[in-house]
Amino acid sequence: MGRAELPLHAPGTKLERGYIGRSVPRPNAKRLLQGRGAYVDDLRLPRLAHVVFYRSPHAHARIKKLQFEKSLKCEGVIGIFSGKDISQYCTPWVGVLAHLKGIKSPPQHAVAIDRACWQGEAVAAVVAETRAQAEDALGLIEVQWEELPVVMDMEASLSGKEVIHKELGDNICFARAHDTGGVDEAFARADVVVEETFEFGRHTGVCLETRSILADYNAAEHSLTVYHSTQAPHMMQDIFSRHLDIPEASVRVIARDVGGSFGIKVHVYPDEMATAALSVMLRRPVKFVADRLESFATDIHAREHKVKIRLAATRAGEILAFDLDDLTAIGPYSVYPRTSGIEGNQVVNLTGGPYKHQKYRAKLNVVFTNKNVTCQYRAVGHPIAVALTEGIVDKAAAKLGMDPAEFRRRNLIADEAYPYTFPSGVKFEKLSHHKCLNLLLEKMHYQELRQEQIQLREKNIFRGIGLAAMIEVTNPSPAFYGVGGARISAQDGATLRLEPTGMVTVMCSVTEQGQGTEGIFAQIAASAVGVSLDKVRVITGDTATTPYGGGTWASRGAGIGGEAVLQSGRALRSNMLDIAAAILQLDKNELDIADDSVVHRVTQEKKLPLEELGRVAYFRPDTLPMDFQAELTVTRHYTPRQYGFTFTNGIQASLVEVDVDTGFVKLLKHWCVEDSGTVINPMLVDEQLRGGVVQGIGAALYEECLYSPEGQLLNGNMADYLVPMAAEMPDIVCAHVETPTLQSQLGAKGVGEAGTAGAPGAVMNAINDALAPLNVRVTAMPFTPERILKALAKV
Amino acid sequence: MKAAAFAYLKPASLPEAFAALVNPHAKVLAGGQSLIPALNMRLSSPELLVDITGLPDLAGISLQAHSIKIGALTTHAQIEACELVRKHVPLLAQAVRHVAHAAIRNRGTIGGSLALADPAAEYPACAVALDSVLVIRNKATERRVKAERFFKGLFETDLKQGELLVAVEFPLAKAGDKSVFLELTRRHGDYAIVGLAAHNERMVFLGLDSKPVLLQKKTLRQTKDQLPRNPPADLYHSSATKRHLAGVLLERAWNTP
Amino acid sequence: MEHSITLVVNGTKVSRQVEPREHLIDFLREKIGLTGSHAGCEHGVCGACTLRVDGQIVRGCLMLAVQANGCRVDTVEGLSDSKEIAKLQKAFHEHNALQCGFCTPGMLLAAQDLILQSEKPTREEIRNHISGNYCRCTGYQAIVDAIEEVVNGSR
Repeated sequence: MGRAELPLHAPGTKLERGYIGRSVPRPNAKRLLQGRGAYVDDLRLPRLAHVVFYRSPHAHARIKKLQFEKSLKCEGVIGIFSGKDISQYCTPWVGVLAHLKGIKSPPQHAVAIDRACWQGEAVAAVVAETRAQAEDALGLIEVQWEELPVVMDMEASLSGKEVIHKELGDNICFARAHDTGGVDEAFARADVVVEETFEFGRHTGVCLETRSILADYNAAEHSLTVYHSTQAPHMMQDIFSRHLDIPEASVRVIARDVGGSFGIKVHVYPDEMATAALSVMLRRPVKFVADRLESFATDIHAREHKVKIRLAATRAGEILAFDLDDLTAIGPYSVYPRTSGIEGNQVVNLTGGPYKHQKYRAKLNVVFTNKNVTCQYRAVGHPIAVALTEGIVDKAAAKLGMDPAEFRRRNLIADEAYPYTFPSGVKFEKLSHHKCLNLLLEKMHYQELRQEQIQLREKNIFRGIGLAAMIEVTNPSPAFYGVGGARISAQDGATLRLEPTGMVTVMCSVTEQGQGTEGIFAQIAASAVGVSLDKVRVITGDTATTPYGGGTWASRGAGIGGEAVLQSGRALRSNMLDIAAAILQLDKNELDIADDSVVHRVTQEKKLPLEELGRVAYFRPDTLPMDFQAELTVTRHYTPRQYGFTFTNGIQASLVEVDVDTGFVKLLKHWCVEDSGTVINPMLVDEQLRGGVVQGIGAALYEECLYSPEGQLLNGNMADYLVPMAAEMPDIVCAHVETPTLQSQLGAKGVGEAGTAGAPGAVMNAINDALAPLNVRVTAMPFTPERILKALAKV
Repeated sequence: MKAAAFAYLKPASLPEAFAALVNPHAKVLAGGQSLIPALNMRLSSPELLVDITGLPDLAGISLQAHSIKIGALTTHAQIEACELVRKHVPLLAQAVRHVAHAAIRNRGTIGGSLALADPAAEYPACAVALDSVLVIRNKATERRVKAERFFKGLFETDLKQGELLVAVEFPLAKAGDKSVFLELTRRHGDYAIVGLAAHNERMVFLGLDSKPVLLQKKTLRQTKDQLPRNPPADLYHSSATKRHLAGVLLERAWNTP
Repeated sequence: MEHSITLVVNGTKVSRQVEPREHLIDFLREKIGLTGSHAGCEHGVCGACTLRVDGQIVRGCLMLAVQANGCRVDTVEGLSDSKEIAKLQKAFHEHNALQCGFCTPGMLLAAQDLILQSEKPTREEIRNHISGNYCRCTGYQAIVDAIEEVVNGSR
């Protein structure tokens, strides 16, 4: 068999991998570097109208009166609409899924009708000729409110004294309990039991490009074209179709350049649905670009967990059991269509994940509050699960007097133990914890760092080293959403077409938001077909031109979309060889494709340039045998099915210095060893890891959406909500172990969320390691100077 | 968000500027680095913006007999690059490096910063520490106010309707003077949690009250005792934390050779 | 009342009527069609709108278009066409110092500013200089690497 038929990871076979595994620059980045990106706000359409939203100033209030008279008189105003007006064109939705048993949430409208449930919820829409004019009119809308009691604190919410949605009976959106049995017995026989309560601040994605949508309804054909800054065009096509009652095939969603997403842009937002509805109502294009203040108040938030965790271990350092109780608050609605129950569910699935204990018990409560909604943001649940696990593991190691690296080594699941079923029920195909740990310790010169740490402590310099091992969900199967009834495709497709000039066009349902999706698809396609990289063009982000698929989320782009491209490329190559065999009148098995040419398989002698193959196939098929039809466009799809998720693993380390006078934490260095299976482009993978690490550092040190007791977002602007900046970030060393998944030919697993998953735990452990000589610990993220000073009893 | 509508005037002379500033709903636009964000977020909606950046009398840095005179329109970047400032007003030269980022420093002005009187800004504290004099004009006269008396409260100064801050005069540093500027920010270029502009016996804190807080240098402990009991908390730091951090800065300045 | 302004944008003289409230970034994007510079926050923090006015970098959202009357304004499009930042763009490309690209035009202008005014900045100085420009994707390291390469290579 030739290289086109074997998996890239086929054992014992030396395969030509082409561009796969090479750090080639992304072709599409050149355009962005010259300011020639095409983000939604860059588009110009005739008769374009702009919409802005009147947003509730209260966290919970009934709308008694809504008056538009004065605002309607403003210059440039096209129309002003209430929730009821818009509900005539856009049906409400409910964010629940069948496989999250018992999850509940009330119907949600594009624009609130009777009641606003968080500060920032839209209650009216103003459409005008310019954004400034729309805002002028917004200021003249008159609203009378009846303030309602607010539920801000998650424990208060759980107690149910005040119920936000009376019809639901209580404030519990979703609850889950998991128990392997034997947990109490394990704790009873343990030599060491450690316990801690960890808190995680609510934070948000802060995409540099804010949420943006331009909806263009064509009344003549009852069709809708939506230019949307989204990660999931086909999902949105389905949703616009169903909620606006337009045939699915008449809805086209186009995601051109997307200025960052991180999970923020994979949800249904009421104001975006309203924008599409307004385009239908007004029969003209309408654009909504969230301003930065709206982004903070209405882009999904994430995290906000309070978790009590216990760990039982033997004196010899064997972990026996984990026991946890997670409480998380999600705002007043479960977000559609993925629900807001997933993050807590992941905490239950993943906590303790790297270790070989057999007893596990977890309790989860997901409750409503009158804050902005939360939902899936980069690394969903992982940062919580990793920090909990690794925080309590470090505490146990300290109590046992054992080095944290050694304690981990004793408890990590053996690299030979796979396939493996974890006590939470999730299944691992093949992981490499020990290889990763060893590589990490070597890369960071662990022992030397420990020596240096001891020496510096004598000089009152408090350095800390923190480790965080992790497992991560990637390449999700239909088990993630589809089985629960969500119309979110778990499969992706790629169409490859050989052009007459010998170039290859790739159309893939996975989208690009800067990860380099199009770049790696070009690499895979070029390698699979046998052409040079500059001969490949990639098209993504358009429901009208790409195969149907899920898009980009849950670290699935490379593993699922990439496999579809690979299989499609191999099929195209086979078809091309059929044509070449017909032209050359040679046996197909004697031929191969390399360097833009059909070659002899053994001698590599050039037989036919691809542009000649294309010329004959398209323009002179009369020269081919009568019964032969050239097929130069092929489509293949791929769905992972053998496992619910293709788990990956990795480990991170953080080196910090804590200024015990000011409580400031200086990040000195960070390491990340990751096993994401086949690495398609090491440079892109490293940058994914680093970007993810920095977002994780944001969670650990800076980022939190702060609310007043009345429900006002206090830091909803760029100056007050702190995201990591260049000056404070450390250099981040990346290294890889490659354990390809055997489910696919490509062998790639996901990597986009790994950095964010592990960094908060690593930084937390490093801070606590630095503070260890002072016998204090911090457990509430973000670790602000004040929290560290309080732990040190200095304030 | 987009700013609400306003009228705009760019006078070519001071008399023309003073004539426009008669309007009580007019605001002075200098570098605009604080005003324009407020306009964009509709936190401020003046009727008229009087852009004073075309007034030649307000620019430039000059060496006077006993002071360095800095025109109100001098930008942070110009101050940072100025040899005279480095030589004669070392405290200011230290402080300016902490002001925001390059793109802001190219537009923001010392006059704008002083007239805005943000309690977390660097210049007001420096002006008080250096016992500098602010030069203020209205259409008829010029008056001079000591920095200590200029800052009245939160974003509140001695400037009256119809007046413009035209310059600030910093006394020349003498041999043996000790100037130390320190501040704590979580991220480079952010507004400080707390900062200290110390010049000889005058220790002036920013971020500890609605205006710069001047402490007289005594023993370390006695000086520390003068720190405000309950400085205003910010989003991330309680009053107690700010007071603690101010004490840390004081000690660090004290121990700076 | 609208004001008439005339300025030189990327070497071309342009005249337009503007409302005083229109900031420079909206003016360039909406009136001149230069959409390369982005409005990321419109309150002067994120740096995505970084432009060059009379040779100095500024926040485009913190300057009114009317204030740019008589000025020379350079954007990423102009500096691309003139090839002034070609080395930087090449280094950014080769180091993958961008992902979504939204911050990139502003980042390039900030980087070029450092290159023009600093002899041989250290890594720390590079990090400090670009600390007024948010990038949410890359983790900054590749950006620092790319700038460092240009700084080292060109001297």
